[in-house]
Amino acid sequence: MVQKLDYLKETPSQTAGPYVHIGLAPGDAGFDIYRHELGRDIAGPDASGTKITVRGVVRDGTGAPVKDVLIETWQADANGVYPSQGSVDPSFRGWGRVIPDFDTGEWAFDTIKPGAVTDQTGTVMAPHINLWLVARGINLGLNTRLYFPDEMAANASDPVLNLIEQPVRRQTLIAEQVEGGYRFDIQLQCPSETVFFDV
Amino acid sequence: MTQLFPRDRAWHPQALDPNYKTSVTRSPTQPLLSLEGTTSELSGPTFGHSDIDPLDNDLLRNFATTGDPVGERILLHGRVLDENARPVPNTLVEIWQANAGGRYRHKKDTYLAAIDPNFGGCGRTLTDDQGYYRFRTVKPGAYPWRNWVSSWRPAHIHVSVFGTSFAQRLITQLYFEGDPLIAKCPIINTIPDPRAIDQLVAALDINASVPFDCLAYKFDIVLRGLRSTYFENRPEGN
Ligand SMILES: [Fe+3]
Repeated sequence: MVQKLDYLKETPSQTAGPYVHIGLAPGDAGFDIYRHELGRDIAGPDASGTKITVRGVVRDGTGAPVKDVLIETWQADANGVYPSQGSVDPSFRGWGRVIPDFDTGEWAFDTIKPGAVTDQTGTVMAPHINLWLVARGINLGLNTRLYFPDEMAANASDPVLNLIEQPVRRQTLIAEQVEGGYRFDIQLQCPSETVFFDV
Repeated sequence: MTQLFPRDRAWHPQALDPNYKTSVTRSPTQPLLSLEGTTSELSGPTFGHSDIDPLDNDLLRNFATTGDPVGERILLHGRVLDENARPVPNTLVEIWQANAGGRYRHKKDTYLAAIDPNFGGCGRTLTDDQGYYRFRTVKPGAYPWRNWVSSWRPAHIHVSVFGTSFAQRLITQLYFEGDPLIAKCPIINTIPDPRAIDQLVAALDINASVPFDCLAYKFDIVLRGLRSTYFENRPEGN
């Protein structure tokens, strides 16, 4: 026998199910209950930086849009500083909740373009937005990142993109420049499956 | 310098489980990219008392207009801890559930059980400085769903928790002690280890029950632990 390690086990995940909006975005479920719904203001109107709109759709293995997905976003401010690290921009929250149109599965969110982030080890990461996806049929939330197509040089030296063995798969994390902003479609399954992380 | 404990993915449900049919087309087929947490994953959003209202955690009252909701009144309480058994204070806990008849207040739910005019079905709160949270609600009903010809979800409450790092983010479901539907549920059975399933079953807590008012159930939530890297020659270490 050996001594016992006194760790607890993490609570196992369960799918958010099709009605995640009731808890996290009741207005989208069809009723108003809270004075203030959380996650609707990633960057307030006065946040400094370049205002951008990101739109996209999440697709399942058959190519059909995932209409009941809920995406949470987390990003640094225009200077590359996260709010919990002491961002000094009071109108910048950095975190948001994104819900698609229930008929088409298309979603969009407004924010400001994040700056490059210097990690605690001193490594510089290209500007990116962290995404976390939950939905019916997703048993454990999926983590991924959105990078920007107009940051070619920074992307080329990004330590996370460079961890991806197949260069062609790095492209799945780089948004597309479109009229009025960026487009980032997420594929849950092959052939051009988005890279998801075990972080 | 801090890192998160690696996630034990054998303890969590598997992404693909053919018995939970929706997972078949929504589970990644490529291996996940293992990533030691960077600032992006170790930081996370924070919430304060200005974000929520005091009544938000009382589902008996937060939507009621003409009286109390129908159903068995319960007090749901517990703590949010990390894998080091340290309390996680001041973190946001959000819940949602069906009403006592098993019907959700959602424009996409068409189950024939009645909507309860006095029940919204969601609540939220911040844990206190010891990591405690509490909600008042009614016990949700079981409901049918499309998987097998006759699949029924056991009574459950959906739970969302933040912690301090974006990589601690967790959504799960709690079940109720003694429910015979637990063993038959394809969603619960996506979890391979029976001990992990037990961790999702809230215990009937008679001591915390309020006489002639409500039964209590206790449900503790454990988020990923934080690890300091020792023996590093850094002034800001640990
Ligand atoms: Fe449910």
